[in-house]
Parts: sequence; structure tokens; C-alpha cells
Amino acid sequence: MGSLQLKSIRKAYGSHEVLKGIDLEVKDGEFVIFVGPSGCGKSTLLRTIAGLEDATSGSVQIDGVEVGHVAPAKRGIAMVFQSYALYPHLTVKDNMGLGLKQAGKPKAEIEDKVGKAANMLSLDPYLARRPAELSGGQRQRVAIGRAIVREPKLFLFDEPLSNLDAALRVNTRLEIARLHRSLKATMIYVTHDQVEAMTLADKIVVLNAGQIEQIGSPMDLYNRPANVFVAGFIGSPQMNFIDGARLGDKSAKTIGIRPEHLGLSRESGDWKGKVVHVEHLGADTIVYIESDQVGLITVRLFGEHRYAPDDIVYATPMVGSMHRFGADDRVLA
Amino acid sequence: MQARHSIFRTGFVHAALIAYTLISLFPVFLTVINSFKDRNAIFRAPLTVPTPETFSLIGYQTVLGQGDFATYFQNSFIVTVVAIALVLLFGAMAAFALSEYRFRGNTLMGLYLAIGIMIPIRLGTVAILQGMVAANLVNTLTALILVYTAQGLPLAVFILSEFMRTVSDDLKNAGRIDGLSEYSIFFRLVLPLIRPAMATVAVFTMIPIWNDLWFPLILAPAEATKTVTLGSQIFIGQFVTNWNAVLAALSLAILPVLVLYVIFSRQLIRGITAGAVK
Repeated sequence: MGSLQLKSIRKAYGSHEVLKGIDLEVKDGEFVIFVGPSGCGKSTLLRTIAGLEDATSGSVQIDGVEVGHVAPAKRGIAMVFQSYALYPHLTVKDNMGLGLKQAGKPKAEIEDKVGKAANMLSLDPYLARRPAELSGGQRQRVAIGRAIVREPKLFLFDEPLSNLDAALRVNTRLEIARLHRSLKATMIYVTHDQVEAMTLADKIVVLNAGQIEQIGSPMDLYNRPANVFVAGFIGSPQMNFIDGARLGDKSAKTIGIRPEHLGLSRESGDWKGKVVHVEHLGADTIVYIESDQVGLITVRLFGEHRYAPDDIVYATPMVGSMHRFGADDRVLA
Repeated sequence: MQARHSIFRTGFVHAALIAYTLISLFPVFLTVINSFKDRNAIFRAPLTVPTPETFSLIGYQTVLGQGDFATYFQNSFIVTVVAIALVLLFGAMAAFALSEYRFRGNTLMGLYLAIGIMIPIRLGTVAILQGMVAANLVNTLTALILVYTAQGLPLAVFILSEFMRTVSDDLKNAGRIDGLSEYSIFFRLVLPLIRPAMATVAVFTMIPIWNDLWFPLILAPAEATKTVTLGSQIFIGQFVTNWNAVLAALSLAILPVLVLYVIFSRQLIRGITAGAVK
């Protein structure tokens, strides 16, 4: 249980098309992440799966059953929202139990399931509190608990970590990963943060302007981006893009190389340039170089390095690390 | 510098507010003190508080002795409370539909309802009276309740739909996923969150209804359906006005509306809404 098929989903608001034909298959137990810049339609797609929005055309199947006309509550899904969306006038316990109560489950069963979920998320001490009395991280855990209690076929997460601060974000991310392992449930997760996508996903779906750019495992997307968009979106700092003609490559319009795949030397190398700016991050050193041959490029060095602006340096790409893209921005074989 | 500046500013704001409060309360104060004086004192020294010599309860005795005033109060109370309840219920429902659902003519409907704010309902008095006569509702409290509900709805819909838009979509969607019906979402999620707005609307709606003389006079002037405002008029004659009784009746009329106001204003205090959504 817990598979999902999307077939040519289209969604338009008036003449403005937000989703332009999405086909996707999610297997039982998979952790799939929709990632893309704001306005790419990833949240709309998630809402369409949830049934909060109706697709203009196309079909949504959960476990092989068409759910296009099924109410959200009957789809066997649970959703965690960016804004938590807890019921402000209910206690944590009632927040988590409301869905089951609406479904007419007996009290003892609700009690039991809420207890288990609270235990899993270490929320026991807070069961009697109202959302206003909780911190942001606790609220998000309650929202996750509310989803667990429903024992859904599909978990839907809509940017659940965006409102948390950096430290809490890492903790909650771990918690979600742990949850996925212990529940073995199918999870669909929307984010614009590629770190979340890379760390959590079994499968990443990169969306742009209402279309799927590429589907693959995190390492697939990193090592074999299908086009310039995915290459630029995955990886931080962003991949360097160099005009093919500048490197004497006639067939490739653009050549991409990741900052971590460039070596740097003061003595000799392929591309001579002047250091423009250096960022010391401790574990990494990011060096920005203005080169006559390839323009402004970013180099990511591991560890600490003593480069300073105006130093003359030579950058050399590692063997086999170049990505070549054709005139249509797609990768060349 | 910053602190002194802000002290000056708060001081000014407070002075302005206190001045406004005094101006607003002065007529009420005057009404109340004069209601406790005898007739001569009211005319001779209207601005002084009652002294042992001038103190008199004659006004209250007249009003309460008339006997029917209990009925008048009851009528006013029933009309006001029921009308407010209907205005809040239907106003909130209409506001929810207008702000939550996209349907053909949504904006047009909103505008149509808003026009009611600009056009006074009294312009339609003749037609309303004809309608009430035809429906056999003249001299009933129902007639007043219907008219006041219609009168209060436009502003209620206008204010409430603005507030409804501020209720997070995520919260309503969470309710939908938890299996709440649209009615439960409205009653159990949205209404508790816009309670302060409801209280505001209730106060705005209440005062004109309680104070209205026009419609009770036209639609329900019978003894059994008189409201307080209309009832007090019996003491105002063409040649002689029983000021003691008029002032006493008005003073008494303040009390119930004051109680309602206190009830509603308590709702204005937010609190549980904080932290619902970030």
C-alpha cells in the first residue's frame, strides 16, 4: 500500500498554466522530494495529490485507485504544512486526535494512537498544552504527530522546515528521516532547499515552470544532470557555466563544472586568473576567480587555504568532471 | 532623546483620548445626575450633582410605576439580541462563502452586499411597511428583528469577509484533510479565530438597534411591542415634558446595553489565536 501514479496532470488558473503535464510514479515506501524554485508548481502539485486543488486534467491514482473525485479526508493521506496549521483552540492531544475522532474511531483507539505518536516524537509532556504554549519546533512535531496518527498511505510534507531556525531544521530533518525508516511509509516532500532534498530523498523530482526537468536519486542528479537547469539547481555553490566556444568546444554550447571539481595552484594550470574574493568557511574555502579565458568562476577547496584577493592563480578541472550541454540546454552524450 | 520624545508622544495621545472620553461621556453623565434630581433642580442647576436637598427618585418611581416598562425593556432586549445573533450568523456565513470559495459572480455579490452600507434602509420604509402589512407582521417583534437583521448584514459581511481572508488557508486545508465538513470548518476553526471581529460587528450592530426610534414607531407602536426608546416618548409631550421620567428612562436604558457591551468587549481580547500559525 502507498503507491502513487500521476498521469499528465495539468492545472491552469484561467489562462495561466501552473502545471504543464506531470507524469510521475511513486513506489510504496519511497521518499520522494519535489524541489524547484518558487513558483515552479511544486506546492500546487502536492495540493493536487492531497485533493485540496482539482487538476484541470489528468489523473491521480493512489494504490491504483483513481482519487480525482475523492475528498481529501478519504484519500488516505496526511499532510504537514509549512505554517504548522495547528488548531489553536485545541490541546496538542485533541489536535492529533481530531482526524480519528471525525472518522468515528472509538475513544480508546484514539487515545492509544495519540499516545504512541506522542511517544515517538517525545511530545508526552506537552499533550495538555495549546499550540500557543509551544515552541516552533514542538509545533512542527505536533503537526507531524497529527499526520502519523492517521496512519496514512501517503505522507505529504509542504516545506515543513522552512519556518524553523537552522539548528532546529537539522534536528527535525533527522527526525523525519528516522520516521521514514521506522514507519516505512511513502512520503512526498516539497522543498526549495536542495540540502533537504539531497539528504532526505530516495528520489528527487526537479520541477521548473510547471514541468519535470529530471527525476533521479540525489547522486544521479549530482553526477548526471540532464540539463543546465538541474545542473545549476543541484549543488552548492552553484556549478560554473562556461561558454563552449571559449574552451574551443564546437559541439557544446555550455560547459559546466562544479566548484569542487576544480584544482587551484599558484604555479601552473589550465586557466590563469586573478582572485576576486575569498570566503573562509573552515571546512571549505570558496575562491572566486576572474579569468580572461573562462570569465568569473568559483572554486571550492577543502580545508583552509591562504589565498587573498589579487593573487594570481591557475585553475585546473579534474579529469572527467566536465558536463557538456548542447544548444537546447540538454546534456550531450 | 528617543525616550523623552516617546513620552511626549504617548502623553499627547493620552491627553487626546482622555479629552475625547470626557466629551463623549459628558451627556451620559448629565443624563444620569439629573435623573436623580427633582424637577426644579433640573432646571435651576442642570450641571450640579444631586445634593441631599435636591435628591429625588421621582423620575424612577414614575417610570417603574408605569408598569409597562418591564415589557419595553424585554422587547428591546429580545429584538437586539436576536437581531445581533442573526446578523452574526448570516453575516459570517456570507463572508465565509465570499472569501473562501471562487464562484461566478463572487465579486459582484460582494459589491451588491456592500451597497447596503451606503444606502440607508430608511429610504425603503414605505415599501417595508407595505410588506409587513401584507405579511401580517405589523406590531410584532419579528418585523423589527427582520428589518434590523437586514440593516446590520451589509456592514457585517464587509468587515467579516476582510477578517476571514486573514485566516490561514493551511488551517482550513488541515481541517479538510482531517475530515471536517465545510460547516465544521466554518463553525469550529474559522469562527473561533475571528471572534474579535465578531465582537466588533456585534457592538456596531447593537447600538443603532437599541437606540432606534424610527422602525418601532412605524412597524410596532402597539403597547405590547414597544421598545424602551419608543416607550420613553410617552413622557415627552407637545406642551409638557416629564423630564424626570425621560432622564430616568434613558439612564435605565443605558444599563442593558452596557452589559452587552462588556460581554462583547471581553471577546475582543485575543489570546488563543496567537501561535496558531506562524
